[in-house]
Amino acid sequence: MSTQQAEPESQEAPKDPEMQGAESPAAEKQKGGGMVDQTSTDASELEGETVHIKVFRYDPEVEAKQEPRFDDFHVPFEKGMTVLDAVMYARDEYDSSLTFRHSCRQAVCGSDAFFVNGKQRLGCKTQIADLEQPVRIEPLPHQEVVKDLVVDMDHFYDQMHTVEPYFQQEDLPDGELEEQRQSRENREKVKMSTRCIWCGACMSSCNIAAGDNEYLGPAAINKAYRFAMDEREDEEIKEHRLRILEQEHGVWRCQTQFSCTEVCPKDIPLTEHIQELKREAVKKNLKFW
Amino acid sequence: MSQSYNRGLIEDFGRWKEFSAGMWAWIFHKFTGWMLIGYLFTHIAVLSTSIGGAQGETTMVDGEAVNIYTATLQGLEGLFLVRLLEVGLLAVAVFHILNGLRLLMIDLGVGLDAQDKSFYASLVLTGAITVASVPTFLTGVSV
Repeated sequence: MSTQQAEPESQEAPKDPEMQGAESPAAEKQKGGGMVDQTSTDASELEGETVHIKVFRYDPEVEAKQEPRFDDFHVPFEKGMTVLDAVMYARDEYDSSLTFRHSCRQAVCGSDAFFVNGKQRLGCKTQIADLEQPVRIEPLPHQEVVKDLVVDMDHFYDQMHTVEPYFQQEDLPDGELEEQRQSRENREKVKMSTRCIWCGACMSSCNIAAGDNEYLGPAAINKAYRFAMDEREDEEIKEHRLRILEQEHGVWRCQTQFSCTEVCPKDIPLTEHIQELKREAVKKNLKFW
Repeated sequence: MSQSYNRGLIEDFGRWKEFSAGMWAWIFHKFTGWMLIGYLFTHIAVLSTSIGGAQGETTMVDGEAVNIYTATLQGLEGLFLVRLLEVGLLAVAVFHILNGLRLLMIDLGVGLDAQDKSFYASLVLTGAITVASVPTFLTGVSV
């Protein structure tokens, strides 16, 4: 717990002239503990104020930063400001060494999943005004930290590739330009599962994945669901997919804690999909004809 | 890649405040399951005295010979601590049953949207039944 309980000595890393902004009366008020305990703030109340964010810092390559700590930044609030906006402001204006991944800024690329106030969320999708201050921003739990907010995603990607996340169909239609049609009902069935953006929030929230490194995890199973339930793939391929899923560290490790479903930024009903695959696996194995 | 920092146990134990309903349900279900298994052993140990009891085995209680099975049960039931543990046992069993039904529904894909509400309902119902059982369990026992 050393990183958590060590009271950060409010070290705004650089002594930028910009940092003077943090010494505004509003910031003083916050520092003085004048913040009322609240789960969300009315955005209009924050207008013209600064937002207090605490960001996890760790850099193995700089001797002074090898011991993880939290840095405090006071970022001027703007209407509609997201967590990503806040850390970007902190990086651009106060400390250019602050490191995190981001790309599209509109919840499509899945780069900026952070652990914000004790919950896995996409930085770009989370409104600062909805959060209790100080906003605590950490890298995703249960994954190794490479630097600051950047975690090692290799294992997550490995699990995703295990389930062969691509469409496999041997018999293509005869016509040169003929499409592979899918019924509307079937499209509806797989609709939610296609929305995954590989951000890793679910995997990071999953207690089982944390304790069992071989567990496929909610994201990979959901990806498998997307193809296993697609009527355009052959029965053989579906069987093959189910064989991967019904192994010991496949769907059966899921303990239905619903953590993944709760944190998924794309609202994919992950637990529901995992449970459906469990039932499919049972049905497949009960068949004796 | 440079060396990476593993945050160790803080990941697993320091984060209990960030648990959600489903996680607590899982933890309580595991915990009550182990408690029930533990109880099963004591239960069998106590009941095993009936083998001797059926063959007329006796033991001395307050200077008179009492059937060993009867003596064992009466001796245990005369202890306040045992009565208290029985209340706890009821709570553990009731929660495990109710949450087990909840998990059955989840496995069948029924009412997944209400999984947290059903957990809270299990807790409330367990509490109510446990409180209601106190007079039954704790009458006529001296502390």
